[in-house]
Amino acid sequence: MSMPFYVSPEQLMKDKADYARKGIARGRSVVVLQYDRGIAFVAENPQSLRKISEIYDRIAFAAVGMYYEFENLRVAGIRYADLRGYSYDRSDVTARGLANAYAQTLGTVFTQEPKPYEIELCVAEVGRTEERDQIYRLTYDGSVSDQHGAMVMGGASAAAEEWIKARWNPGLSLADALALAVSALAADPAGGEPRVLSPGQLEVAVLDRHRPRRTFRRIVGPLLVDLLNADSPTAHAPETDEGIPGHPDILSASLVDTAEAAGQQGSSSTATDPSSVEHDPRVPPPSDERGPASTQRVETGDDPT
Amino acid sequence: MTAAAGAGRLHTAYLQPGSSSFTEFLAGVAPELLPAHRDLPRGVEVAAPHGTTIVAVEFAGGVVMAGDRRATMGNLIANRDMDKVYAADEYSVVGIAGTAGVALEVVRLYQVELEHYEKIEGAIMSIEGKANRLASMIRGNLGLAMQGLSVVPIFGGFDLDERRGRIFSYDVTGGCYPERDHHSIGSGSMFARGSLKKTWRPGMGESDAVRSCLEALYDAADDDSATGGPDVGRRIWPRVAVVDVEGVRLIEDDELAGMVTDLVAARRDNPGGAR
Repeated sequence: MSMPFYVSPEQLMKDKADYARKGIARGRSVVVLQYDRGIAFVAENPQSLRKISEIYDRIAFAAVGMYYEFENLRVAGIRYADLRGYSYDRSDVTARGLANAYAQTLGTVFTQEPKPYEIELCVAEVGRTEERDQIYRLTYDGSVSDQHGAMVMGGASAAAEEWIKARWNPGLSLADALALAVSALAADPAGGEPRVLSPGQLEVAVLDRHRPRRTFRRIVGPLLVDLLNADSPTAHAPETDEGIPGHPDILSASLVDTAEAAGQQGSSSTATDPSSVEHDPRVPPPSDERGPASTQRVETGDDPT
Repeated sequence: MTAAAGAGRLHTAYLQPGSSSFTEFLAGVAPELLPAHRDLPRGVEVAAPHGTTIVAVEFAGGVVMAGDRRATMGNLIANRDMDKVYAADEYSVVGIAGTAGVALEVVRLYQVELEHYEKIEGAIMSIEGKANRLASMIRGNLGLAMQGLSVVPIFGGFDLDERRGRIFSYDVTGGCYPERDHHSIGSGSMFARGSLKKTWRPGMGESDAVRSCLEALYDAADDDSATGGPDVGRRIWPRVAVVDVEGVRLIEDDELAGMVTDLVAARRDNPGGAR
C-alpha cells in the first residue's frame, strides 16, 4: 500500500488554475464590444471551425481555448435556450440564465474533475437600447463577470483588454468598432510592430439591435472588406438581408455601388455570382471567400399559439 | 465547495455530443413536452376543434400554399380566423389539417427543430431532410391518431439544390410522399383537388398560382361545410404563403382582399368559376 502525498486544497486549485490559464493563453484572442446598433464579435480565426455562434434570438456565444470543450458547451447552450423558448416563450430566454447554467457547469468541472476546462466564454445579449445590453464573461473556474464596453479573451488578453478599454467609447459605428477590435488583436504584447490581419483571418459577427426576432448575423466577404477599409464609406452592416439563397445568418454583399447591385438583383432574382455556383448554397462559405452567399431572412412568423 | 455546487449545472443530456435534433433531445430530457405525450382513456372520443382544407401548388419559381381559416368542432364553428399555414423556416412552409391543438404543437416543435439544426450544424437542412423530420413527428403521433386525434400536414418548400418548389404529403402513419404539381389535404380536399386539376397549368406564374389556390379553396368551401369561404363581412381571407428563391412570404391581407373580392365578383352568376 502506497500512501499518496498530501496536497493542500490551495495548491490543488492553484495547479488546476495555472493549467487552465496556460491552455487558454496559447490560443488566439476574441474581442467582444458594443457599438451603436448592437454587439460585435471579432475573432482571429482563419479556420472554418467557429468560435462565435448564435444561441438564440438576441443571444450569442463566443469562446477561446479547447475547441471540443467549448463546442460541447455551445451545443448545450443552444439546447438550453431552445428548450426554454419552447416550453415558455421566446422572450423568456435570457443571457443571465444561460450564464448561470454555464457558470455552474464550469465550476463543477473545475472542482470535481481531474482536468479543468481550458476555455473562457462570453455570453452576450443585445438589448433594445445600448444600456440594456448584457455581456457576461465566464472563466474556466466558473466565475462570472458582467462586462461593459469591450472585452478580450484568450491569448495575451490582459494587455489587449487594457488597450481596448482605454479607447472604447459609447456610440461607435460598426466600422469603428471593428477597426478598434482588429487593432487590439493585431497589437504585439511585447510592444513590437503590430501584425497585419487580413479580413480572411477574421471571424466577425454581430447581434443587430434593430432586427426583429433572430438578430445574429455573420459578416463575411466584400462587406467585411468594406467595413475594415478605412477609406470606404461603409460604416454599418445593412439592416435588411439580401435575396440570394444561402445560409440565413450571413451578410456578405458590398454596400458600395448599391444602386448597381440593386439593379442586378432586380433584373433576375436567381442570378448569382459565377464564383458561388459550385458552392453549396446551404453551407456558409469560408470567411475568405469573396462570392456572395447571403440571403433574405424571412421571419418564421408568429408561433402558432 | 459543497455538493450544492452541482445543483444548477447543465444536465449531462445537454452535454451529450451527437444529435442535432431538438425532438430527440426533448424526448430524453422532457418527454412530457412532446405533442404525442397525452394519456387518453381508451375507447373515448374526444371532441376537439379540427382544422380543414389546405392546398399547395408548384409554380415556375417555387410553391404557393393556402389554407382556409375555419376550425370546426362537430357541427359547430370553433374558430373563424385560425391560421393553418405556417413558415417552418426561411425556405419552407407547413400547412396542417386535423386536431388543431395537437397540430399547432407539432408545427411549433417543427419550427424549433429546423432552427435548432441550423444553429448547431451551421447549415440549412436539405428539403428531403426537412420532409423526413416532419414525417417522424407524425409517426410519433400515431397512437393519438388511432384515438381520433389525428394530424395530417402538407409540406412545401424551395429546393436550394434543384432550385425549384417541392411539395410533400403525409398520412397518419407518418408516410411521406413527394407530390407533383399540386396537392390538397383536409375535409374539403376532394373538391379542392378537382378544382386545381382544372385551373392549374404547368409553368404558371406566381399570381396565377395564387389565384388557382383561391379558386380551389372557394370550391372546397362551396361543397364542404367544414371549410370556410371568403368572409367579406368580417374581412377574413385565406392565409396564403409563397416560397421562392428569396424565401417565404405571407401575402398581406390588403393584397389578398383585392384578389378575393375579384374572385367572388367573377363567380357571381357563374358558380362553377373559372373555365
